[in-house]
Amino acid sequence: MSNLALALPARDEQVRELQERIRQLQSTRLDTRALPTHPAIARLLPGGALREGATYSVDRSLTLLMLLLAAPSAAGAWCGVVGVPEFGIEAAAGFGIDLERLVLVPHPGDQWLAATAAIADALGVIVTRPPRQASEASVARLSARLRKRGATMLVLGTWPQSEAMLSLTESAWTGIGDGHGNLQSREVTVTVTSRMGGRPRSARIRLSGTAAQPGPAAPPGSILSA
Amino acid sequence: MFDNDGMSSLAPDRVMLVWCPDWPVEAAIRLHGHTAATPIAVIQTGRVYACSAPARAQGVSRGLKLREAQARCPALLVTPWRPEDDARAFEPVLVAIEELMPGVEALRPGVCAIRARGPAAYYGGEEEAALWLLDRLDELGVLGTRIGIADGVFTAEQAARQRPVQRWAQRIRTVPAGAAAEYLAPLPISVLEDAPVTTLLRRLGVYTLGDFAALAAGDVRDRLGEQGARLHALSGGLDSRPVVARTPPDDLDCSIDFEPAVDRIDQVAFGVRALADRFVAGLTAARLVCTSLCVELEAERGELSVRTWLHPRSFTASDVVDRVRWQLQGGASEVGLLSGIVSVRLSPASVDSIGNHEEGLFGGGPDERIHHALSRVQGMLGRQAVLTGAVGGGRGPADRATLVPWGDRLVHEREPSPPWPGRLPDPAPSTVFEPPRPVTVFSASGDELAMDDRGALSAAPSGISSGPSALHVAAWAGPWTVDEQWWDPQHASRVSRLQVVDTTGTAWLLALEHGRWWAEGRYD
Repeated sequence: MSNLALALPARDEQVRELQERIRQLQSTRLDTRALPTHPAIARLLPGGALREGATYSVDRSLTLLMLLLAAPSAAGAWCGVVGVPEFGIEAAAGFGIDLERLVLVPHPGDQWLAATAAIADALGVIVTRPPRQASEASVARLSARLRKRGATMLVLGTWPQSEAMLSLTESAWTGIGDGHGNLQSREVTVTVTSRMGGRPRSARIRLSGTAAQPGPAAPPGSILSA
Repeated sequence: MFDNDGMSSLAPDRVMLVWCPDWPVEAAIRLHGHTAATPIAVIQTGRVYACSAPARAQGVSRGLKLREAQARCPALLVTPWRPEDDARAFEPVLVAIEELMPGVEALRPGVCAIRARGPAAYYGGEEEAALWLLDRLDELGVLGTRIGIADGVFTAEQAARQRPVQRWAQRIRTVPAGAAAEYLAPLPISVLEDAPVTTLLRRLGVYTLGDFAALAAGDVRDRLGEQGARLHALSGGLDSRPVVARTPPDDLDCSIDFEPAVDRIDQVAFGVRALADRFVAGLTAARLVCTSLCVELEAERGELSVRTWLHPRSFTASDVVDRVRWQLQGGASEVGLLSGIVSVRLSPASVDSIGNHEEGLFGGGPDERIHHALSRVQGMLGRQAVLTGAVGGGRGPADRATLVPWGDRLVHEREPSPPWPGRLPDPAPSTVFEPPRPVTVFSASGDELAMDDRGALSAAPSGISSGPSALHVAAWAGPWTVDEQWWDPQHASRVSRLQVVDTTGTAWLLALEHGRWWAEGRYD
């Protein structure tokens, strides 16, 4: 019984490694540099981390978005948020995003593409929400620009050329009851669906309410199970 | 020249001393736009430091406790004493005097000294020069100025300050050359303003400056030391201290006039480009950088737009042009300017030594690139479109976010340092709706949730809906009521907040204000 329990993860690991190699061989471009990524999410992502010049889709959740931004920001990257007026900066600071290196463009209006492209020229990580279905040509142009500049884009919503789709589900709160307590911490399931196909991978992560103070704090969130 | 050196210790320079009585009050009047008829008191650590004539007429005097002063004169306008304001208000007076005669020394705000010899020769006499000076100061609206002319600064100040015998006594008092000792002799010893020495002298039976001057200089030096010897020389009218003229500050302002008026923003920006280069070059030549800039735009119809711009580091020429353009855009409608611009004036509102702003040998590169890119986006969308933020003070999630346009210095609307009791504990909502969205919160029986005056909910929340969709409540906490600024009917607000978790696991921050529910934030 104990032998089996030990052997199973080892085989899992081997399968994962092999899949990784196949993916690298299939990859259409040269190996790109990795961005610092939250360890729990990095394990789920294709390539084992956020990649420079790549685009990722995030399904609705700003918490997940902040979790992704925190590690690059703490490592010194500049982050830009375009077209997300409801981005809560206090929560962002709580996740360890350095507000001094965070730039917000809440209402780009018609010039969304131009503003995103201009910001992608200078900043390392860009969060954006396309206002409507962007045209194929403009998507291709923006993707080419990101690759050239080595900027990573996180899109709130769907994006035709995204590396992976991330979503946050099954959140369970602690600290709050039926008319008493207050929101304290929660456990969530983060699911990553890769563009290359394959089974979606998910992990259970604990998010605790940290002091809302900017600074290179350890990323709040620990892995419970993968 | 050689004569002068030899004589300096014996015969002091002839000095004209200008004294503006109650300068702290005068400064408050000038800077805050009060009238001279208002009773004003300037307060330092709870006591009256200076007061205006109408206040004095009602019994307010220097050294009185603030409460006592307010009791004597209920209409008293109280302002705290700010020495830097006094100095700032005195600057135009110094400039006006410098226009008439060179070599002004500002002794302290409200008092300045001028060497009398040059002006006396130019205007044909000391009294004539002083009359010119009084004329100019009266034009400026500095009332009640008095001038003393005597040998040395000390004697001149005593002459200026001496209480007039009648109300309309002369405003210029001249002590003839060589008569200083004679003039000072009857004055009380307290005018030396050195408490330890004057107390001792009084105990020794020395009550007037004349008594003090009559003592032998050597004995005074032995008993009272250097400071005593200096006071002794002053009492004898031998003030050896010369007037040290100040160096007038450089004029760093730049302006350009457009003739005819220019009515397009890009034309103004183009015209200002050379001006901005000149402005920055002028600052660089003075080994300064500008950290906050005041831009004045004058339009054809006489409108004046003045704004001070802050910069996180220091202004370069292109930054200056950007600020002028933004200021024009801010005041313009869609079609263009309201009327043509006739003149643009740039003046540095605060400067710093260039040495503190030199870029390092390495680094600074990426920042410059980011600044350039973000400025370009600001050029596309407007200055207010690109923001940076910090967590400030306040209780609601929207209040706590301080956002400023890129390139401006961060100024908190509410200070983050007070503890802000009543704010919600962490975590903060990741989504902060701007503006809050209206929602309906209902109880299990389907009634809308209400709150009584004591802050209790009518029932437990069981569902929230916004438009057609409805969510069921799985858990909830609150309400937490915050009564903010109840003393001020304009800004008073009473908000009760609830945290609610719906059955999908998403948590909401709901707020009740004026009987209506709003979704302020979402923990998604």
